[in-house]
Amino acid sequence: MSDLIIETRGLRKEFGSKVAVSDLTLTVRQGEVFGFLGPNGAGKTTSVKILLGLVAPTSGEARVLGAPLGDVQARAKIGFLPEHFRFQDWLSAREFLQFHGRMYGVPRDVLAVRSEQLLARVDLVDARERKLREFSKGMLQRVGLAQALLNEPRLVFLDEPTSGLDPLGRLLVRDIITDLRARGTAIFLNSHLLSEVEVTCDRVAFVKQGNVVREMSLNDQRDEFEVELKVGQVTPQLLTGLAQFGHGVHQQNGDVRMIVNNEQQLPHVARWLVQQDAQLFRLGATRKSLETLFLEVMGEDARPG
Amino acid sequence: MNGILTIAHLTLHEALRRKIVLMALILGIGFLVIFGLGFYAVLNTTPASPVPRAPFIAGQQFIAVAFIVMAGLYAVNFLLVMMAALMPVDTISGEIRSGAIQTLVTKPLRRAEILLGKWLGFWIILAGYFLLMAGGVIVIALVLGGYTPPNMLLGLALMMLKGTLLLTLAIAGGTRLSTLANGVMVFGLYGLAFIGGWVEQIGALLGNDGATNIGIVASLLIPSEALWSLAAYNMQPAIMRDLNITPFSPASVPSANMVWWAIAYTLIVLAFGLRQFQSRDL
Repeated sequence: MSDLIIETRGLRKEFGSKVAVSDLTLTVRQGEVFGFLGPNGAGKTTSVKILLGLVAPTSGEARVLGAPLGDVQARAKIGFLPEHFRFQDWLSAREFLQFHGRMYGVPRDVLAVRSEQLLARVDLVDARERKLREFSKGMLQRVGLAQALLNEPRLVFLDEPTSGLDPLGRLLVRDIITDLRARGTAIFLNSHLLSEVEVTCDRVAFVKQGNVVREMSLNDQRDEFEVELKVGQVTPQLLTGLAQFGHGVHQQNGDVRMIVNNEQQLPHVARWLVQQDAQLFRLGATRKSLETLFLEVMGEDARPG
Repeated sequence: MNGILTIAHLTLHEALRRKIVLMALILGIGFLVIFGLGFYAVLNTTPASPVPRAPFIAGQQFIAVAFIVMAGLYAVNFLLVMMAALMPVDTISGEIRSGAIQTLVTKPLRRAEILLGKWLGFWIILAGYFLLMAGGVIVIALVLGGYTPPNMLLGLALMMLKGTLLLTLAIAGGTRLSTLANGVMVFGLYGLAFIGGWVEQIGALLGNDGATNIGIVASLLIPSEALWSLAAYNMQPAIMRDLNITPFSPASVPSANMVWWAIAYTLIVLAFGLRQFQSRDL
């Protein structure tokens, strides 16, 4: 049996003359935390809406949990936290979870226990009888997350799940994502917060103008390091020799910069420089950040303004 | 079916929490108190009343009592229109605009279940309101004057059908239009039916077939006013409607086929709403 939770091929969505998603092809596997990244207007939210059956694609194919888009039975195993978390604000947190649990078809006795557990999980036990209209943005986001987990889903869509949260709230969401992954739940994470994505996601896709322009595993990517060297005299022979340890060797502001494929290369670089009688003043190495990657992939034209 | 009942429950819960039911109840009771006081006053000041609160009334007093009951029911008819049109006008369009609909339609429910659940919830509130108001008018007339309108159940059923039609129109309109546009559409159509109804009556009184036909066409566009005319015709004593002595006596009585058209119209509008909601991007 395939472990593919989401499989799309050539999904396209047009709103009149505007193309929101031009050609979305991607896969998400069971138990994977998948980051969906892109600048504003890249078609991320529309893509999520297509996968959830909120928006019908103009063309293309997709299967979610092995079923066609919008399948009612499949939705019983999908959780969703929308970006603009507007809920039925006349309900208390407890009532809100009760109603949404009933819509998922969770039996009443199970629902009573699960609601309490989830309220505790998102740290809202004390606010359980308060109306949602009295909640802060962060509290709404947390109760929305609890709502998305009521059915013990196999797949959860989180659209900007930490946008309204303080650092503690973000930590809480990160822990929940880790727990879900451990249970085999796939998570489709749509976020602008690259630092969050970096620590939670297994794999990411970069979306630009409705196209997946790059898809990669973050675990693999983490082996690459950006190295900055300050040496006495930089000669062409030195630059050529350094290329044996990595790639992208170049000189910038008097320093030498390069990328090595793993941390183990660093002592070899230092030893080789000493053997060449080069004066080594500094050797610094930093993991290539997702932000750097994001800018590389999106290009300068993705910057606002 | 379970999904429909859950959404209907959610809708009733919302109406309670947002104090829609409370306001309807308080103002409805206020309406009935004023109607009761007015009724009592009329009963006690009308001539030819041997015993003011006698169980049997006759003559001029009978006409006055029947008239004031029809006036009360006409006011209920108007309030029912307001309630049916205003209460659900924002339910779908407002939730689409705010995004609150997204957590509902991503649940394992068909969109049709959501729409029908909302329809059912609002219909229960509307029926309860109508029962309070029309039932109150009739109970007051019975207790104070010993009077019951003829064909009462038929008349009340026609009035409730009118409310159901407008309620369905307001809910279905919200699947396609913004809240404001939906409100304008529902009241615009109601206004069209209202003026069409009057044109038809005046045409019938003057024997002008052209004017009568204009009213009939308006009733085909939206048969709400025809239902009231038919209800009013049936709930008045024969002497009053035959002599055309009250504004509630229709000179042109709508055909019974108009009832079937109103039922079909309601079902068509509901089907349109279901189809729109099903295919709409949210």
